[in-house]
Amino acid sequence: MSGASVEARVRFEEICKSFPGVRALDRITFGVQSGSVHGLIGENGAGKSTLLKILSGAYHPDSGLVVIDGQPRTFRNTRDANQAGVTIIYQELNLVPEMTVAENILLGMLPSHAGILDRRTMLARAREQLKRLALEVSPTTKTRRLSIAQRQMVEIGKALIRNARIIAFDEPTSSLSAREVRQLFATIRELKAAGYAILYVSHRMEEIFELCDAVTVFRDGRLVKQYPTVQGVTREMLVADMVGRTIYDVYGYRPRQHGEILLRAEGVMGKGLTAPASFEVRRGEVLGFFGLVGAGRTELMKLVFGAERMREGRLLIEGTAHSFRTVRESIQAGVMLCPEDRKLEGIVPVRPVMENINLGTRRNFSPLGFIRPRREVENASRFVDQLRIRTPSLRQLIMNLSGGNQQKVILARWLGEKIRVLLMDEPTRGIDVGAKNEIYNLIYKLAESGVGMVVVSSDLPEVLGISDRIIVMRDGQIVGELSRDQASQERVLSLALPASA
Amino acid sequence: MQVDTTKTVQPQLGSSRSRFLASVWEDMGMLILYVVMFVVASVWVPFFFTVQNMIGLSLSVSQVGMLACTMLFCLAAADVDLSIGSLIAFTGVLNSVMMQLLPGQIVLPVLITLVVALGVGFFNGYVIAKLGINALIATLATMQIFRGLGFRLSHGVAVGIANDQFYLLGNGTFLGVPIPIWVTAVSFIVFGLLLNRTVYGRNTLAIGGNKEAARLSGINVEWTRMVIFGLQGLMAGVAGVILSSRITSGQPNAALGFELDVISACVLGGVSLSGGIGTITGTIAGVLIMGTVQNVLNLFNVEYFWQYVVRGTVLLLAVLFDQLKQRRAAG
Repeated sequence: MSGASVEARVRFEEICKSFPGVRALDRITFGVQSGSVHGLIGENGAGKSTLLKILSGAYHPDSGLVVIDGQPRTFRNTRDANQAGVTIIYQELNLVPEMTVAENILLGMLPSHAGILDRRTMLARAREQLKRLALEVSPTTKTRRLSIAQRQMVEIGKALIRNARIIAFDEPTSSLSAREVRQLFATIRELKAAGYAILYVSHRMEEIFELCDAVTVFRDGRLVKQYPTVQGVTREMLVADMVGRTIYDVYGYRPRQHGEILLRAEGVMGKGLTAPASFEVRRGEVLGFFGLVGAGRTELMKLVFGAERMREGRLLIEGTAHSFRTVRESIQAGVMLCPEDRKLEGIVPVRPVMENINLGTRRNFSPLGFIRPRREVENASRFVDQLRIRTPSLRQLIMNLSGGNQQKVILARWLGEKIRVLLMDEPTRGIDVGAKNEIYNLIYKLAESGVGMVVVSSDLPEVLGISDRIIVMRDGQIVGELSRDQASQERVLSLALPASA
Repeated sequence: MQVDTTKTVQPQLGSSRSRFLASVWEDMGMLILYVVMFVVASVWVPFFFTVQNMIGLSLSVSQVGMLACTMLFCLAAADVDLSIGSLIAFTGVLNSVMMQLLPGQIVLPVLITLVVALGVGFFNGYVIAKLGINALIATLATMQIFRGLGFRLSHGVAVGIANDQFYLLGNGTFLGVPIPIWVTAVSFIVFGLLLNRTVYGRNTLAIGGNKEAARLSGINVEWTRMVIFGLQGLMAGVAGVILSSRITSGQPNAALGFELDVISACVLGGVSLSGGIGTITGTIAGVLIMGTVQNVLNLFNVEYFWQYVVRGTVLLLAVLFDQLKQRRAAG
């Protein structure tokens, strides 16, 4: 990068940052030009988020400099960074749901006269931003009524009105539909054309190729590769850079024998569904569920698991009829769920890894409800070894683990039980490529051991890659079923997309 | 298989010396702090380290101690119970009334009182866990209900107890140590075991840490929360009975604002108000620190009004200290 003709708008120079026991960033040096989109990829724990936090002023580098327009800057906090023109748009958006769009856009800089809010100016300024972003919502709408994609736009508007010149996006598409992604990309391209410097962090390589001018790859806190242009770069090259080895087939599908029907859902109805849903899963089978966000997949899984009340229908488990009213009953019958949202529904963040593993199963080895500490440790360390959960110790708080390892902990919770059918809702969302591969292998291993696997995913290549059979949902109902041989991207998508689109 | 080629970082299960010390600090930090405080007070404060003062100190914290045990569970489950002060007054009155109605009897009236206390606690739990009312609001309501019932039952005046045998419960000693202190010590042991060595205790922390994750793991969240409040009620009953014995009557306006003392002690002991974090050793330390500060202020004859200011300051400092410790652990 030496001798670059254009002065970078933002440059990282020799940035180092360590946490107890981890070198999070090791001498990171690169720059982002004005009027360009710079992709940043790497597995979870590679240091991308840490770098963003340094850029935003949330963390301070141990050594090294953040240089903006040729001037070294030290941010004591996010406010400093904002004033220097830096805004980070995180996955979890920083909007106040109960306030209006206009209030959110102008939060902290609301126009006023002698302390009295100047509503007219506020609305006018907000409207101006909404127009600029082609966002068709009223500035007086409560923010909680907006979709995630619209909220993201509001967040961008908030950045623009603060004269941001450097905008970093952290996995912005993880909960957007395909159409919303296109809109977001259009906006990002406009920002680029208007001369903003954009740093784009993502797991999804298609997006990098589609959107970015340059790509930088992180691995284990180090910058392993810089591509000044994406031309000629292939997916395989990036994956190899990210994991430090070559993966030719991330999914590693292997065919299996399927046995008898383990679970048959008949006419299941409940909250979030618009028509009775019926499906079956066989011993040793991986059944994929695909659908856009809001298609009712998560709702169906929760009904089957007994986490929500089933209004109609019944479940046949190895031929015996059940209708679960509590999660406990379904677990006893051998039906388990790894929930969609790890943070909200899966882990207990402030408790150690060991307790998170033993959460549901410990009653099986605690006679009369009394804990046997040695059994607790044995059980937890067995699964830590077996699933290769990467944690410094069993006492580490689970919130300090990477997404992939958290997912393995949740999985370990059920492995202590007698599993017949395992429902996994978005098991690889927000997980890096290497860990995804491990999760797929665990899915196959479980299937091979005779479990019926149901895997819900919004990642189409993933569903196609790992499933023996695919069920597609749209608008709260099952709209089709395809075998592995029949399924293709086009066929699945044509079922999943609304008829009007 | 691809996965075999990945390098796995072997989890280090054995703990090195420094990690051991770190974990001791994390678990016992507050207790160590208290020991330091105790030693300093013993050396510098006249009459502090005397048998008489030690017993007086322990006796003064015994009531807070008993309730801190169950409040620990309550807070660890991300709930709170404001009704315990009122419940102590109510059960004290109830016990006294029962003893008047059943003259010469001890076991039966006490038993009735405790059963009522347990039931009332479960009622709290039912309203909170089953009906889904926020614990702060639910117990704010029952706090007033219990206080009102206590006044109604006693007609607003102290209800005397005339039974010398019963006085022994609050005023007698065993091996030279007053009985309320024994009760508190046993409570700490029992609830410490419940927290650390039973599924119920671990489930309590899991519920406080993430209710939905606990539910989806097959933990009976509603029942666990009801038991937490039931036991809280029971301990308030125990404290109410002992108080009525110590003061030989049931006082409807006893223990006013007491719930805040208990919550303060727990928070001092590192129990998180947002749930999921709490240890019995921390709670014991919290109770002792509160009591010792008060005791030392008394020994120095500090004006009563100033004591509030000092206690509040100590609470603030302790919470600050704990937050710094946790921030370090999380980073």
